[in-house]
Amino acid sequence: NPFAELVSHLRASWLSGKTRPMEYRMAQLEALGCFLDDKKQQILEATASDLGKAPFEAELSEILLCKNELHETLNNLSRWMKDEQVDRTLAMQLDSAFIRKEPYGVVLIIAPWNYPIQLFLVPLVGAIAAGNCVIVKPSEVSKKTERLVAEALPGYLDKDCFAVVTGGVQETTRLLENKFDYIFFTGSSPVGQIVMTAAAKHLTPVTLELGGKNPCYVSDTCDVTNVARRVAWGRFFNAGQTCIAPDYLLCTIEMQEKLLPALHKAIDDFYGPNPRESPDFGRIVGDKQFQRVQRLLGSGRVAIGGQTDEAERYIAPTVLVDVQASDPIMQEEIFGPILPIVVIANMDEAIDFINSRERPLAVYAFSSDDKVVNEVLERTSSGGFCGNDTLMHVTLPSLPFGGIGNSGLGMHHGKFSFDTFSHRRGCLKRGMGREPLNAPRYPPYSQQKFGVVQATSKVTRKNDCTLL
Amino acid sequence: NPYAGLVSHLRASWLSGKTRPMEYRVAQLEALGRFLDDKKQEILEATELDMGKPSFEAFFSEILLCKNELNVTLNNLCHWMKDEHVDKNLVMQLDSAFIRKDPYGVVLIIAPWNYPIHLFLVPLIGAIAAGNCAIIKPSEISKNTERLIAQTLSCYLDTDCFAVVTGGVPETTRLLENKFDYIFFTGSPPVGRIVMMAAAKHLTPVTLELGGKNPCYVSDTCDVTNVARRVAWGRFFNAGQTCIAPDYLLCTIEMQEKLMPALREAITEFFGPNPRESPDFGRIVSDKQFQRVQRLLGSGRVAIGGQTDEAERYIAPTVLADVLPSDPAMQEEIFGPILPIVVIANMDEAIDFINARPRPLALYAFSCDSKIVNQVLERTSSGGFCGNDTLMHVTLTSLPFGGIGNSGLGKYHGKFTFDSFSHHRACLHRNMGLETLNTPRYPPYTQQKLGLLTTTFEVKRRGTCTLL
Repeated sequence: NPFAELVSHLRASWLSGKTRPMEYRMAQLEALGCFLDDKKQQILEATASDLGKAPFEAELSEILLCKNELHETLNNLSRWMKDEQVDRTLAMQLDSAFIRKEPYGVVLIIAPWNYPIQLFLVPLVGAIAAGNCVIVKPSEVSKKTERLVAEALPGYLDKDCFAVVTGGVQETTRLLENKFDYIFFTGSSPVGQIVMTAAAKHLTPVTLELGGKNPCYVSDTCDVTNVARRVAWGRFFNAGQTCIAPDYLLCTIEMQEKLLPALHKAIDDFYGPNPRESPDFGRIVGDKQFQRVQRLLGSGRVAIGGQTDEAERYIAPTVLVDVQASDPIMQEEIFGPILPIVVIANMDEAIDFINSRERPLAVYAFSSDDKVVNEVLERTSSGGFCGNDTLMHVTLPSLPFGGIGNSGLGMHHGKFSFDTFSHRRGCLKRGMGREPLNAPRYPPYSQQKFGVVQATSKVTRKNDCTLL
Repeated sequence: NPYAGLVSHLRASWLSGKTRPMEYRVAQLEALGRFLDDKKQEILEATELDMGKPSFEAFFSEILLCKNELNVTLNNLCHWMKDEHVDKNLVMQLDSAFIRKDPYGVVLIIAPWNYPIHLFLVPLIGAIAAGNCAIIKPSEISKNTERLIAQTLSCYLDTDCFAVVTGGVPETTRLLENKFDYIFFTGSPPVGRIVMMAAAKHLTPVTLELGGKNPCYVSDTCDVTNVARRVAWGRFFNAGQTCIAPDYLLCTIEMQEKLMPALREAITEFFGPNPRESPDFGRIVSDKQFQRVQRLLGSGRVAIGGQTDEAERYIAPTVLADVLPSDPAMQEEIFGPILPIVVIANMDEAIDFINARPRPLALYAFSCDSKIVNQVLERTSSGGFCGNDTLMHVTLTSLPFGGIGNSGLGKYHGKFTFDSFSHHRACLHRNMGLETLNTPRYPPYTQQKLGLLTTTFEVKRRGTCTLL
């Protein structure tokens, strides 16, 4: 077991209590902030090399959003760490009852390649804030970023408590043989199953941020120009390699007719007549992924784009029409710059279509009519939801980010990350004296004693509360 | 797959939206309350037949505590169900950002035999409150209670949405082949592993309420009489068959000398000179469990009790002295009316002893000196903690109840049950218009746009907040 020593070193550090004081955690978090500031240029270069990520996009997703999470945590940590006093019964009025937030111990964070800094760093912020030691396993697919993280991050964090492990499937499998106290995994559903099964052997709690096909319903009453821009932005950001990207569009044939020219215009506005020459449009991360996505172009009919270049791993911003539910592109998460449109007759059909499939990480609904947006929200189930836009719901640290069903379990961002990596320990501290208060509970049992116990511990039903 | 039809029937009911309205949930919960009222006598009789549970104890744990949970839920449900509006950034001031509580769908609740009503009913309250459909699998070991539940519960709850499944290991294994949307399991760690591995196949989130050896540290400065009564009560309640019972005692040799007569006196006070004749002392649930517990009597030296009667499955309230860490009683959760005392030199040794073992569900520390209680709390890790008493922390619905490490994952009671069975869905509802607010994010990317985005999105670091 090649990682046994590393894990036990970290566990010893955790047991020493080193990570408990708030000052220690703040210092590590501030150091993470320095990492983002000092290495900004290298981060932009590495992600540009790995997946042609436009520097603007990298600054937004890998730096700004991460710093937001850091600041949110640093601003609030002392409050989050405090014991939470709770309501007490009559019998416990003189006692102290509170919830203490404690670290789990040694946690493992496994990150994917598409937002290779953000997707390890944001969970790491929560893990450190909660007082844990951490092993970070960045993706080997985003090679340059992996090397940057492995070489640079240890220089900023306490090596006794934080480590980076690199490698592929074999190394990750060996790593997962160890007992961790929490495992945070972002990646695909099949690998999520493997991770959860490995975690089950040690009864290790997990958060799994997985994926799926995020439906995007566009009703007949909408501002077509705005919809096209917002959907195109969400679909083509990072060349489509976003777990919450709108994966496919559902609309009527009439709306499809209106949307196509609007999408064409949006793509043109964004990337110019030849997106391959735009500095703002990314590339597919690897040959294997490129070939996988390219195969999906055979579905339906190419209405916009469709060009590819294998040498550059370039796939043009593409819109497909006449896509059938049985087409290849509707069988897997696209994770590329292709937007298929599936025609439905009306909103009910769209909702049925969505509900007959695995629950996605995100559901999008566009309508000028709030009632339509609300109905789609009400009648579907997904990790998160955004009405009249794409992606934006995950930029608010006050909203929890997580999946449901095949798209994952658990959540994070903001305080939810801190809570995810904390054990909430129910604590009651009673007095050593005042024994007469306890007398009614002891045998020999009697009806009279029971009456007293009931009177002091029962919760009464209040009057009906106001309906929603 | 013998349960496929049942599961898909429940799933169809859930998809129909039947369980969503608050009125429906309230009606089902009130029906559960009537079940407890109407069947009170049958519950007392069944649990007495199953494990000699004294009526007082059954009334307290199976009726009163359950009604408390019901009332807390009914009193607060409309408040818990409401969308939670969250803080927004500058760019989203005109949007609606909130967390919606969605049900998971079809949940499975597997309950053990020791508190056979409480341990299915309290989770069920949360599952219903959160809008789910549920399959309940009571324990086959508490045979009479199993039969009572299977025969009568369906008369109270909507059979389209709630079902009881009976059987042993083979039936539970077949049941677990189905895809559930949440699994709530209470039982032993080995079976918890099996449940989590089955859940992993479907990426089903779980709560596992498991067990372990709950240490009870008694410092040299304490009121010996009070400590003896509180510890004896916690140990011998339900003949020791309680997941949060104090499992073993840690104290100095001097304290052991003082505690012994006090424990003897407490036991006599509670159960009389011959506890076998007391109506207030229970029995072991089965022959297999009886033989398992009886074997543990060979550890150390019997200082109090030690008598057994196989026909009645009676094991006397017993205290063992001079117990070594290598003794049988220290190798497994006792789950019987035996209290081993392990002698240590001082508090540090006690804490090291505790920390060298799997993390327990509960941890107890007795001292007149609150600094000692606090130190034990600070330097150990457990599901929950109680200072200067046993068991009581789980009677407060405002405290979360759950394990850590081998003693479990997840938590419930009160609002925590509702939250366990709810998916917290992040929702952002934006305006169809106001497109100019979005332009800075679109390509072609410029430094100026990035500046604008940073200004509107960033979370600034505030001045250093006050230290804890």
